[in-house]
Amino acid sequence: MIYFDNSATTMPDDRVLDTFVKSSKAFFANPSSLHRLGIEADRLLERASEQVAELAGMPGGKVVFTSGGTEADNLALFGLARGNRSHGKKIIVSAIEHPAVLQSIPQLEAEGFMVERVHVGRDGVIDMADLDRKLTADTSVVSIMHVNNETGAIQPLEEAGKLIRAKTRAVFHSDTVQSFGKIPVPISENGPDAISVSAHKIHGLEGSGALILKKRHELQPILFGGGQQEGLRSGTVPVAHAAALAKAMRLSVEERDLAPYADWRNDLVRYFGTFSKVMVLGSENNAPHILSVAIRGIKGEIAVNALQEREIYVSTSSACSSRSRKESHVLQAMGVPDDYRHGVIRISFGRMNTAGEIEKFKEVFNSFMETIERV
Amino acid sequence: MMYHEIMIRYGELSLKGKNRNVFIRKLRDNIRRIMKDLPTVKVKSEHDRMYLFAEEGQEIEEALERLSDVFGIQSFSPAVRCKADLETIKETAKRILSDMETEGKTFKVEVRRADKTFPLKTIELQQEMGGHLLPLFPGLVVRMKNPEIRLLIDIREDGAYLSTKTLQGAGGLPAGSNGHALLMLSGGIDSPVAGYLMMKRGLKLDVIHFHSPPFTSEQSKQKVVELAERLSAFGTRIRMHTIHFTEIQQAVQDAVPSALTMTTMRRMMMKIADRVREEIGAKAIVTGESLGQVASQTLDSLSAINEVTTTPVLRPLIAVDKLDIISIAEKIGTYETSIRPFEDCCTIFTPSNPATKPKTDKVIYYEGNADFGPMIEKAVAEREIIELPLKKEEDPFSDLL
Repeated sequence: MIYFDNSATTMPDDRVLDTFVKSSKAFFANPSSLHRLGIEADRLLERASEQVAELAGMPGGKVVFTSGGTEADNLALFGLARGNRSHGKKIIVSAIEHPAVLQSIPQLEAEGFMVERVHVGRDGVIDMADLDRKLTADTSVVSIMHVNNETGAIQPLEEAGKLIRAKTRAVFHSDTVQSFGKIPVPISENGPDAISVSAHKIHGLEGSGALILKKRHELQPILFGGGQQEGLRSGTVPVAHAAALAKAMRLSVEERDLAPYADWRNDLVRYFGTFSKVMVLGSENNAPHILSVAIRGIKGEIAVNALQEREIYVSTSSACSSRSRKESHVLQAMGVPDDYRHGVIRISFGRMNTAGEIEKFKEVFNSFMETIERV
Repeated sequence: MMYHEIMIRYGELSLKGKNRNVFIRKLRDNIRRIMKDLPTVKVKSEHDRMYLFAEEGQEIEEALERLSDVFGIQSFSPAVRCKADLETIKETAKRILSDMETEGKTFKVEVRRADKTFPLKTIELQQEMGGHLLPLFPGLVVRMKNPEIRLLIDIREDGAYLSTKTLQGAGGLPAGSNGHALLMLSGGIDSPVAGYLMMKRGLKLDVIHFHSPPFTSEQSKQKVVELAERLSAFGTRIRMHTIHFTEIQQAVQDAVPSALTMTTMRRMMMKIADRVREEIGAKAIVTGESLGQVASQTLDSLSAINEVTTTPVLRPLIAVDKLDIISIAEKIGTYETSIRPFEDCCTIFTPSNPATKPKTDKVIYYEGNADFGPMIEKAVAEREIIELPLKKEEDPFSDLL
């Protein structure tokens, strides 16, 4: 089996599973309990939290463990928007955000916030002039993803941050679900104030993620109850998930350079260049672990089906939307030509892929292309 | 630029005549001890400077961080050592400056020539270096007063030391160079600050803590262990004596009227502390009391409590405002620990109306209702003693995270 759908989810790393099992057994107590078992679980939780903040480049920052990337994004948007009303009621997001952000907009608008979307160019990168135009002094939250989940386009967070800081007092959030552990996230002075991460995209477990903030930034909770996590997210904190996330983040950062994603991607870009019917989407500056290509005149799912016959797993534009058969908002935003737009497949690498698998893929893709030529 | 050396300048102790060598040795030992886990670090002391060497650049970085907490250091500089000949010094200086932002910066060369056999005189070497560097880095602007870049060249027998950065030391006197005292450490904000200030004046500390299980929890004790451990980072190892105080507290409740229980309780603590002090051979007791801060710290209370001993009771915070105490606590990293909300033995038995002007003779009269002597001896004999910093136990989480 060759698994090239790592942007949808990754295979959990055995070492992460090991942490999850061991922590679940040895530190099962509720970390809010007063007794010794609770205190030990709480110590593990605190250490995991510290490690997560450090790996995010925000040592000493706030970590809110969540059920995943979507909750982290929702918490960032609603929590920061509601908590920072005094700065203004305007929220700016990019047009190519994950649905976890974009689908929050109607509710934000219903609560009286004004939301503006920043356009992207053909390369899938936000238009800085447009961002500049839309940023006004009453902007309270800006959310721009780091790496787009469909195209791999890297958004210039530091440049955007510079503009945001120059013109507003807004809190700057970035969805780094697709980039964390794959490429360095720029947490400098101009980088984001808060980032979302998801465990299952970095060989961790589904159902686990975090919102990490340099400081609290007036974040308001969106879940109410027992006041866990300093009131920022009620609900018994899943200590084993927190430890497993910390471990997955550490491994993904430490072993980031072991898999030569860029070599594989460049190799495949050259390879796809030999087909007149195949168009590589996004620019060469894209994140090295995601490669989207459009095939003229066919539907993406045909390619997905054909490849899986030979045990190769890729996806159409993005797994979240691929079954809904809606046209991708990202591809629309990028202006991909009509006769290509339906034939997009996404190949995304993970730590467990090998160079041999790239060669095998080419072989299988060759025969697939021969088949469709004959039709 | 990779530094392999740190030049350490002594603080006030340069002034101390005869004791000078004792102070220097103490400082050197303290530095060696806190660097013990950095395997390539070596420390060498000389008459007017101390030098720290390390083969690993990372260890130098770590050492720089730790030195800022060590008492008895006025300032320190990461330095590069090279052969003490003119060409090598020029080449090294050029390498150092090439790694720095020089455009538009004000600049000065300072030379110290401890090795008088060096062929150029101080002024000559200064001129020679300026003449060499200024054409190479045309962005530099010479300024004698407060330059942004101060290139220090220290010519010594074993080579030339070049540095551009001077970091502020913690000042004070080397911990343990000025005698031994016992600190009464509660879990609050003040007592760790009092301990810190006295350590800064060179005291070696033991600490004593009163624990009243089950009214006070394991966590509240753990908090005090952490505070003592934090203090031990500023110099010497610290022994912590934990007194089980429950029995005496209950006896106090029975013996004296409630308005005076607090005064008597403090007197018992002071008596116990004094007995422990005697056993460990310390010369004074240190407390975090600040005049008028709470009922037990009015002048009448302090006087009634102090009546139990003739041992000097050092109260470095007696004239310090709470906000200033807090800012020191924040600076030395004890504040966050101190404010963790666990009951301590002082708060748990607090009467609703403690006397702010207790009469000493009255207090003594009521204390006659119980025989505290044997209880005190028992508490002293049965105290728990631990040494801090704790030996690093295996981190139970390391393989999980």
